[in-house]
Amino acid sequence: MRGVNMFAKPQAKWVGVALIAIALIALPFALAAAGTAWVRIANLAILFVFLSLGLNIVVGFAGLLDLGYIAFYAVGAYAYALLASPHFDLHFPFWVILPIGGLVACLFGVLLGAPTLKLRGDYLAIVTLGFGEIVRIFLNNLSQPVNITNGPQGISRIDPFSFGSFSFSDNENFFGLAFSGPIKYYYILLALLLLAIVVNLRLQHSRIGRAWEAIREDEVAARAMGIDTTRIKLLAFAMGASFGGIAGGMFAAIQGFISPESFVLVESIMVLSMVVLGGMGNVWGVVLGAVLLSFVPELLRYTVEPLQKSLFGRSIIEPEVIRMLLFGLALVLMMLYRPAGLLPSAVRKRELAKPDADNA
Amino acid sequence: MPNREPEQGTGDGVLLECAGLDKRFGGVLALAEVGFSIDRGEIYGLIGPNGAGKTTLFNALTGIYGCDAGGFSFDGEPLAGLRPDQIAARGIARTFQNIRLFGNLSALDNVMIGRHVRTRAGVFGAILRTRATLEEEAAIEKRALELLDYVGIAARGNDVARQLPYGDQRRLEIARALATGPKLLALDEPAAGMNATETLELKKLLQRVRTDGTTILLIEHDMKLVMGLCDRVLVLDYGRRIAEGAPREVQRDPRVIDAYLGGAA
Repeated sequence: MRGVNMFAKPQAKWVGVALIAIALIALPFALAAAGTAWVRIANLAILFVFLSLGLNIVVGFAGLLDLGYIAFYAVGAYAYALLASPHFDLHFPFWVILPIGGLVACLFGVLLGAPTLKLRGDYLAIVTLGFGEIVRIFLNNLSQPVNITNGPQGISRIDPFSFGSFSFSDNENFFGLAFSGPIKYYYILLALLLLAIVVNLRLQHSRIGRAWEAIREDEVAARAMGIDTTRIKLLAFAMGASFGGIAGGMFAAIQGFISPESFVLVESIMVLSMVVLGGMGNVWGVVLGAVLLSFVPELLRYTVEPLQKSLFGRSIIEPEVIRMLLFGLALVLMMLYRPAGLLPSAVRKRELAKPDADNA
Repeated sequence: MPNREPEQGTGDGVLLECAGLDKRFGGVLALAEVGFSIDRGEIYGLIGPNGAGKTTLFNALTGIYGCDAGGFSFDGEPLAGLRPDQIAARGIARTFQNIRLFGNLSALDNVMIGRHVRTRAGVFGAILRTRATLEEEAAIEKRALELLDYVGIAARGNDVARQLPYGDQRRLEIARALATGPKLLALDEPAAGMNATETLELKKLLQRVRTDGTTILLIEHDMKLVMGLCDRVLVLDYGRRIAEGAPREVQRDPRVIDAYLGGAA
């Protein structure tokens, strides 16, 4: 048992898991009571957790800093949008195009990985940043001479998920409960997310996961031990990218509309912040980081203005400004007090520990 | 026993052959026409003053550097142009002069990573946890534990590698190298920084490794260890081979004495 052992007794563990499961199942109804907007926020939060898990493979496991990760999200989203919208009048079912989006993104991952294999750290970060921008600029400009992406206008009226006549965007009643579109999406996203978490955990504790760790620790030694670093790094890029691609497909379906504006650099940085805040390399830490950074800004958005109004009678600082201020403050505090993240992986903690703590 | 891999050949004769090896760094000829051969089951020593080119030779052998002329043939196959991981796969494992463990991982994980090259599980096996993958994982862990025990640090399995005492780190590096199932184990100054007791234990360990069927190539400055352990010794000076033979003969060779004591030419 090498995972996080949060509970002393196995029974206690199962009780904990059951409680979390019930909470997750009940969550959308509680949120819906506060407004459907909150269910949408929860859905976007799940997508960001998904993205963070993908980036965690590249950054957390293999130690390859990627600042253009959102490009894979874009590729997945556009793959979905082009294959399920009136734009080309193609309407494939979602269970066909989600995997296709994953595969296409995977291909882009290899495309990015191949030329950058010899780079590390800052240099790799710059190239990946450039890659992210290139993808976005392509999407912005591929409307001429042949209109592929519809340029800055984006693609609208993207098909929602549907099985036959059951569409995830309609409102319905089951067992006397009102299931709005976002609530239905919530459950399918949650199911896919659980799958992603299992995949992440299993990869981490496998032969491949160990090879990633070895490369992160010492590439020369890893090669001397017979690890084909080229292949293993490409694998990290490909796996991470396919997570991004699948998340992108889900994003396109939920929103029904995508444009290059959704895939700007700030989004890449946001996903990276989630990974770093939670704790690079630790799956549960990454989940926590993504949930926090998805929800807290929204909470602020809804509370800061009323609070100021009640205190001062008017809004002095705009919510957006406060968000960024608090965000900056949180990052500084993090770097000072928990540099390895909120729930760091044991290995990362050691990496960032002070050298004099080693003299055992 | 724990050393022998099923794929390991056991025939007699030459295991590693090096001929006409040149390696340049800019204008410096670090290795010049070096040639030697190592027989199966031998402990072959490589000595020479600092800067003689011993580690350069190691790096050329293990594919970290390319050669400018000549090269190696291992087990009948040329090694020219192979990457380090391919060379490890062919059966040459090494340790490093300045220890290069995966410092933040546990000792056990270090050795388990060494099994990478002899195992197969890929992404799908890992995700689906197929029976073959689970069996392979169990075998990797079992083998790694055996090897930790073999080098004498069984109790240290869960300790973080870089927090181990120095001597244990050297042993761990040997265990990790053995985990790749090598035919030739290349050790770069394994006794550096060890005290007399640790060196003696190292000597016993290396003798056992050899008895269990792995050929050893050893760079070492501890002459007592080299003389007591090696069957044959190659002496390098300024990248050139100046002597080869049984330790006792080499020790008396005037050119070797010159090289070490810097006698007038």
